[in-house]
Amino acid sequence: MTDLSAVETPPLGALARLTQRKTALVGLVIIALVVSGAVFAPWVAPFDPNDQMFDGLTLEGAPMPPDGKFWMGTDLLGRDLFSRLLYGAQTSLIIGVVANGLALLIGTLVGITAGFFRGWIGGILMRFTDLMMAFPALLLAICLAAIFEPSLWIVALVIALVNWVQTARVIYTETSSLATRDFIAAERTLGASTSRILFRHILPHLLPTIIVWGTLGISTTVLLEATLSFLGIGVQPPTASWGNIIFENQTYFQSAPWLVFIPGAAIILLALAFNLVGDALRDVLDPTQRGRD
Amino acid sequence: MKKLLASTAVVLALALPVLAQDYTPDANAKPGGTITITYKDDVATLDPAIGYDWQNWSMIKSLFDGLMDYVPGTTTLRPGLAESYEISPDGLVYTFKLRAGVKFHNGREMTAEDVKYSLDRVTNPETQSPGAGFFGSIAGFENAGPGGLSGVEVVDPLTVKITLSRPDATFLHVMALNFASVVPKEAVDEAGADFGKKPVGTGAYKLAEWTLGQRLVFEKNADYWRPGVPFLDSIVFEVGQEPVVALLRLQNGEVDVPGDGIPPAKFTEVMSDPAQAERVVIGGQLHTGYITLNVGIAPFDKVEVRKAINMAINKDRIVQIINGRAVPATQPLPPSMPGYTEGYAGYAYDPEGAKALLAEAGLADGFETELYVMNTDPNPRIAQAIQQDLAAIGITATIQNLASANVIEAGGAGTAPMIWSGGMGWIADFPDPSNFYGPILGCAGAAPGGWNWSKFCDEGLDAKAVAADSMFDPTKSAERLAAWSDVYMGVMEQAPWVPVFNEERYTMKSERMGGEDALYVDPVSIPVNYDYVWVKQ
Amino acid sequence: MAAYLLRRLIQSALILLGVSFITFFLLYVLPADPVRQIAGRSATAETVENIREQLGLDKPFIVQYARYLGALVQGDMGRSYLQKTEVAELIQSRLPATLLLMAGAIFCELVLGLTMGIVAALWRGKALDQTLMVTSFVTVSAPQFVVSLLLLYIFAVKLGWFPIGGYGTFAHLVLPAVTLGILGSGWYSRMMRSSMVDVLRADYIRTARAKGLTRARIVLRHALPNAILPVIAMIGIDIGVFMGGIVVVESVFGWPGIGQLAWQAIQRVDIPIIMGVTLVSAFAIVLGNLLADLVAPLIDPRIRLR
Repeated sequence: MTDLSAVETPPLGALARLTQRKTALVGLVIIALVVSGAVFAPWVAPFDPNDQMFDGLTLEGAPMPPDGKFWMGTDLLGRDLFSRLLYGAQTSLIIGVVANGLALLIGTLVGITAGFFRGWIGGILMRFTDLMMAFPALLLAICLAAIFEPSLWIVALVIALVNWVQTARVIYTETSSLATRDFIAAERTLGASTSRILFRHILPHLLPTIIVWGTLGISTTVLLEATLSFLGIGVQPPTASWGNIIFENQTYFQSAPWLVFIPGAAIILLALAFNLVGDALRDVLDPTQRGRD
Repeated sequence: MKKLLASTAVVLALALPVLAQDYTPDANAKPGGTITITYKDDVATLDPAIGYDWQNWSMIKSLFDGLMDYVPGTTTLRPGLAESYEISPDGLVYTFKLRAGVKFHNGREMTAEDVKYSLDRVTNPETQSPGAGFFGSIAGFENAGPGGLSGVEVVDPLTVKITLSRPDATFLHVMALNFASVVPKEAVDEAGADFGKKPVGTGAYKLAEWTLGQRLVFEKNADYWRPGVPFLDSIVFEVGQEPVVALLRLQNGEVDVPGDGIPPAKFTEVMSDPAQAERVVIGGQLHTGYITLNVGIAPFDKVEVRKAINMAINKDRIVQIINGRAVPATQPLPPSMPGYTEGYAGYAYDPEGAKALLAEAGLADGFETELYVMNTDPNPRIAQAIQQDLAAIGITATIQNLASANVIEAGGAGTAPMIWSGGMGWIADFPDPSNFYGPILGCAGAAPGGWNWSKFCDEGLDAKAVAADSMFDPTKSAERLAAWSDVYMGVMEQAPWVPVFNEERYTMKSERMGGEDALYVDPVSIPVNYDYVWVKQ
Repeated sequence: MAAYLLRRLIQSALILLGVSFITFFLLYVLPADPVRQIAGRSATAETVENIREQLGLDKPFIVQYARYLGALVQGDMGRSYLQKTEVAELIQSRLPATLLLMAGAIFCELVLGLTMGIVAALWRGKALDQTLMVTSFVTVSAPQFVVSLLLLYIFAVKLGWFPIGGYGTFAHLVLPAVTLGILGSGWYSRMMRSSMVDVLRADYIRTARAKGLTRARIVLRHALPNAILPVIAMIGIDIGVFMGGIVVVESVFGWPGIGQLAWQAIQRVDIPIIMGVTLVSAFAIVLGNLLADLVAPLIDPRIRLR
């Protein structure tokens, strides 16, 4: 239980802050690497990501394992996996960070509003959330696929529209509980404004949950993108994304493990990096909550 | 094919019972035993008037019989419930003499009334049979309804006379389709819309158990009218099983035949292990994978463009991508189909020539288009290979990767410039060249909603096709096949399709399975001819 | 309480009505014609129109919807277009399997997720905590197909501890439930950890510590009940996930659940099945969320139902 005393003993707290900064640095470096890989892919990638190379397949049509020429091996069409990962980072960053971030934002806003103000607004918001949750998202995706030209932005929009629901639900439950706590009531009697209570007291308590959902959401949305693209609303072949590399090749994970485990590791690494940064960011944003995870 | 037609010629002349060469079951075959077959998708229905998919096609064949049948493992017709038949000199009247003493699973004897009832039922629009269109040549088809087909008459309890409105050389094949199976009226009436779950037929097996979404059990029909078969006591079908897992279970001795074949991800593993490879059965399929080029959408209205695309596709590479499980195609018909044009080389792979042709059409800089494809592996991969080939001659094709229903809709509506047919492609309903023309290349199918996704309509070729199908006289069979060959050569001349490959079927069986290989890659009873296989222990 | 419940039940009915309307509408505008699928490749235009008429698909949208609702109220979910079987029967045959797997999976998620979450919270910042954090990210990011097949391969094929897929006995349930439990445990463990850390630094826990209560007693009796609140909301969400998207796990383990039925129906535009499955799963989700809201005040009495 030494952790509990951390708050009271400044030296330990400072130490914790330091290590947190170090981990944050690691996180930032990873994110910077992924982002620059995505941005500079045309210069960094050893091959055209869509070039189905003749020597990229065996005569029997099997993909090549990692070797001197293809550092991460080739895929089922004889394309260089490393180059595809670099280019795929563009898609996956937009989905995992932008779309997922948007979903997080909507979910948090809805959840806080419904949980804090309750009343008929809260009722309507939460019933709407229930409706969205009960609604078959796959079907919506198929309909959109048939109506719109497929594009990255549509899939990002669908993910944002579908994924906020769960966050809203969890934030709602937590906010309902927080809103009734003594310290909030005390603030109110002291005449604190609603916005002060929300930003100074409610939001900081919700940060850990938001970080959990935001970072785990990176992984799930990157994979969800592949499913949605499969149904025709997202990026279409041959455009690479981390999700669709896994999705296309997952049945081959025994005969060509590199095709599944390398992009999988990339997704995990990206989500972890955001988690590290998120934890540190929370400390910076809210010094009073230092030591709390 | 020729042999069959020769034998029917004898019938024509002498009106004797058909003595078409029949099949001699494996002499070593032992009766008894139970086998297990798996499928990924659920079995939709066992109603022979409705069932039209991969899983239930061969299952229905084992539960029901039609007037005609095929010699196991081949595409050769033989009589089924009909003992013999006669064709009138004008080719319009078919008189079938039924076998006496054939019993339905419910114990009642089958009569000519049942044959009429079954044909009336399948063509009645209320039945909503996807196969009703096959019976279009029977007189009265246009007015088919609850009143029945005027062209089908019961002469006596064992004779049925079918009158056609036009000569139809494929009619005997139509009578061998599942849709023409004979069903007992009382069982259909009793089960109502649930007949597909409570099937009663005359087939070698009867349905013993069906747990929805899990398993079906077929039991041997001890009263089966063909002597000596079937061998197996029962067949268990397990559904909802991933093909990779089905293969693992086969390797573990729990499954005898994986209904969905060897999954691509396991193919190299299986083939590189001699013990497993020797149990792999390879067979041709009456299948062609093709790209449709929509002649109604510019620039595919120019024949040079269509020819250029034919020359641009590297078919060998595509075959390599699917692990060599196909042969490159040169024409719409697969090589094992009668009427296939031997010696025709098709459009050779020649990107430079293709570019020249494009330039001739005034498109030296290429153009942009869309390629529709169904979203199940390996089709998106094949589409990407096609995309790369097109890019090499300057054509930028965007891939539209969609669920099959969406692709079919776009194809029918004529909004898709190019479609890769894989996954929705044409596996012949019956082994006759006409089956590859009407709905997918003829004018009738080019109407909105039709399956002719090229929207190709050449009335001259249509007339030739009709003329070919009127040559019902078996003595003219060679002439008829030559006429069909001409039709397809005419199609290739105008190049509304790029025939890409003819798929070969690779399946596997457990060690204990007996019976010749042809039974496991039966071109008609896909994927297994259950009536003739047997187990060794 | 009774008034609250009544109001929520009425709201739930409205939600289901809304879901049915939107789904029906989406299927109506979906550019894929179910009649074409029924009529087959060789059908003539007349046949197609005839079938369309029989199914009432030629009627205006609102008439079609009203007919569907009218039948539904009388307990008739219609017949599948392609299988011709009663939709109610199809769902009935698969629902028990889905519910069983859902229960098993949530149980595994809770056991794995809560244990990992509590352990991580107690050893916060230590190597164990960090290992568990990485583990949670790995499980959440792992493709279902790969995890399912790996577990099946190791525990069923190689070790032979469990049957290679199927349905019926407890042994059949273990592997798919554990697979789903592992895949979903990351969410629970991360939520549990953050909630637990929050509670552990609350005043009453310090008081309890000062009173000299044992660590286990503090954690289990005082901290856990207060920390578990967000987890309850998670279960409600999970029901939605399980009713909608476990097709892959179902098909690897040959589990006859509702997911495979829905997936096949969506691919083939079998409208009655899609509607039926959507409504049944919407019902389960709405019910799950209602229960989550009802349970919340029992755990945290400060929350009032309003």
